[in-house]
Amino acid sequence: MPVKSYLAYPADGKRDELTRSLQKLPGCEIIPSENTDVIVLITDTPDAEAEKSLEEQLQSMESIKFLTLVSGYEEDPMPG
Amino acid sequence: MNRRDMLKHMVAVAAMSTASALFPGIVFPNSQFENFISEESLTWKKSPCRFCGTGCGLLIGLSKGRAVAVKGDPASPVNRGLCCVKGYHSVMALYAKDRLTKPLIRKNGQLVETTMQEALDLVAQKMKETIDKNGKDSVAIYGSGQWAVPDGYVASKFMKGGIGSNNLECNARLCMASAVTGFMTTFGVDEPMGCYEDIDHADVYIMWGNNMAEMHPVLFSRMLDNQMRRGAKIIDFATRTTRTSMASDKSILFKPQTDLAVANAIAYELIRNGWLNESFIKRHTTFKKGKTNIGYGLEDKFAFTDEPKEASFEEYKKFLEDYKPEIVEKVSGVPAKDIRFLAALYGDPNKKVTSFWCMGMNQHTRGTWIQNLVYNIHLLTGKISTPGNSPFSLTGQPSACGTAREVGCFTHRLPHGEVTSEHDRQHAADIWKIPVEKIPAKPTYHTVEMFRALDRGEIRFMWIQVTNPMVTMPKLKRYRDATKKEDRFIVVSDVYPTPTTDIADVILPSAMWIEREGMFGNSERRTQHFEQMVDPPGECISDAWAMIEVARRLGYKDLFPWDKSNHVQEIWKEYSLFHQGLDHQMATYEALKSNPGVMWPCPDGKETKWRFHSKYDPAAKGGSWDFYGKPNGKAWIWIRPYEPAAEIPDDEYPFWLNTGRVLEHWHSGSMTRRIPVLHQAVPESYAEINPDDAKELGVRHGDKIRLTSRRGTIIIKASINERGVPPQGMVFVPFFDESLLINELTLDAFCPISRQPDYKKCAIKVEKA
Repeated sequence: MPVKSYLAYPADGKRDELTRSLQKLPGCEIIPSENTDVIVLITDTPDAEAEKSLEEQLQSMESIKFLTLVSGYEEDPMPG
Repeated sequence: MNRRDMLKHMVAVAAMSTASALFPGIVFPNSQFENFISEESLTWKKSPCRFCGTGCGLLIGLSKGRAVAVKGDPASPVNRGLCCVKGYHSVMALYAKDRLTKPLIRKNGQLVETTMQEALDLVAQKMKETIDKNGKDSVAIYGSGQWAVPDGYVASKFMKGGIGSNNLECNARLCMASAVTGFMTTFGVDEPMGCYEDIDHADVYIMWGNNMAEMHPVLFSRMLDNQMRRGAKIIDFATRTTRTSMASDKSILFKPQTDLAVANAIAYELIRNGWLNESFIKRHTTFKKGKTNIGYGLEDKFAFTDEPKEASFEEYKKFLEDYKPEIVEKVSGVPAKDIRFLAALYGDPNKKVTSFWCMGMNQHTRGTWIQNLVYNIHLLTGKISTPGNSPFSLTGQPSACGTAREVGCFTHRLPHGEVTSEHDRQHAADIWKIPVEKIPAKPTYHTVEMFRALDRGEIRFMWIQVTNPMVTMPKLKRYRDATKKEDRFIVVSDVYPTPTTDIADVILPSAMWIEREGMFGNSERRTQHFEQMVDPPGECISDAWAMIEVARRLGYKDLFPWDKSNHVQEIWKEYSLFHQGLDHQMATYEALKSNPGVMWPCPDGKETKWRFHSKYDPAAKGGSWDFYGKPNGKAWIWIRPYEPAAEIPDDEYPFWLNTGRVLEHWHSGSMTRRIPVLHQAVPESYAEINPDDAKELGVRHGDKIRLTSRRGTIIIKASINERGVPPQGMVFVPFFDESLLINELTLDAFCPISRQPDYKKCAIKVEKA
């Protein structure tokens, strides 16, 4: 059950399109910056397979120019 | 808020903070920061970050006896609430599944579990047997700039005041020894005169071989903020193109080792143009020259002692005639116009200039000299010890300053001063209540020579703590083989299995960071206290307490009379006796507990932001600058030439090899590679290669290439036009990956003055694998 955050940067002129696309994806929440095109994306997926599927969808989005992973936790981030 | 919502908040805040670093001035809706987990059932406690030498203040979120969250401490003047990606994940380093929790002893070649009492008994027994058989200088402790202050202090008192041997070194020799000798030779006392607040005052930052965007990202974000808000300029002066270069106003590349020549050429230009602060030079500096052609320490038992001699401004001016920009351009590859550009920045009386450096200048066979030469520039222009005018040596480890340098965890050092000084030995003996004869007056082995002595058989017992030399020593094979020789006994204290625990006869599981109480000291002389917040797992104990237990078994109970419950407080009180006086007064234990760090000297509880100027530093006299580390209060401007690297590319080995770090991984990766998100971000090491070289070799990004030096070979994936781009003829490899040991190839040449190895320059060949 990974929880991750990314910084997403839209392709030129496609901020609104990217925002809408991300909002539609299951397991995605976004925090758009108020004064730049940068969007913080938080993903919450039930398992590794779902996470991989989501990553593939993100990578195939034409409205994304740049996507970088910032932080993440697995199901039990503090095992032991 | 449930646990999952809390995790989502944590990753969201991490991303917003990172965005703030990358895009200064970026704004997110305030609502995103409100109602965060502070209202949850978490307890928040302050601590410095476990990782780099920046010393960011963290708030650790505690729940049910576990550290479960991290946020930047807004009260910390270091980071003002910001963290880097390592800091946000730092508590996860406590909880990986293969944490060492029980002592292990090697029996018939296999490591088997035992109790802590039995393990400590065996360590004490082996130390005693080795001393009885081979003498007290046959045992050694090799520690770390990641030791907390109490660990380093106990190690020093145990070895020098108890056993009576100067066989104490630490890995800070590999990362900042040249910074120390630079300070000592120019100013007579160690550590930076300025502080991070210089960033908010300087008009120009000049980065001398320093990739701060990755290595000190929180400080770099502060520079970017000043760049955007008020037009401060960032000048990157480096041997390869990095993330720092990309964010800079100007990037200037130089050929390895030629920073010496360029620094002299800048000084030449300052004089030629009359951009000198003549009254400052006259009142506050004196000119010196030392030996030249000083060697590289490649042979065992190499010895060198510099002999400073008086020099004059006229002699210095004549010396610099060999460093005209057009001459230096041919050596360095730096266009003469760019040398003049740098000189004009330093020479402009209306610009405040701060120079930053770290491993590029420290890991250098003329590391002491290049520090001297950058100080020369600041002294010639009088741009020093005032807000924004600062030659600033950064450190890489959380307590390289606080423990290694200030406690003095080196063969030649004491908690105050040096073993060669009768006065300093007497001072230590008085505080430790031992006969002064107990402390040997002669240093023994610096780090490289200590491992050579292990190889030769002069050292038979070594206790390695909080460091991973079987990944980080240069010319690694020789020193790994040394540990495996017959009749060598190696004890390793650490938190996870590493290539160094692989060669251990005894492994002691350590309590880590907030699992025990301690202090770290960062790059700006700031001491920061952290309390024990969680219980250590299994039988883990702090390295300080492990050494106290062994020392007591060897008969040194009187040296370590403290109770376990308050030994850190008692150690701090005793250690503070070494640093009485206006020039190095430490904060009280109580002040450290209640503040997000205090900068020394802090007489009467008032911290000192800028040393050596009477306006800011109560130890300075005379109404302006006072370099009181030198007998006449004058800093030394050194005549130091350019001399080439120990090994340079040739027909057989035509490439430079440069090694270093990446943002996501801490040093040898033993902690950060166990944090999933950091490991996934950079799962393995790689070799950056110039695109033109790659094309010539028929290599594409991701192809495997073979790197070979005169000492070893590895096969590694090529990285082309990715994070960093070296110039033609250079390969860069990070050293964090224990499965790709780049130090099999590196050379154990070192600066003859600091004895710090040069990890940035040796010759290799590159082939498609």
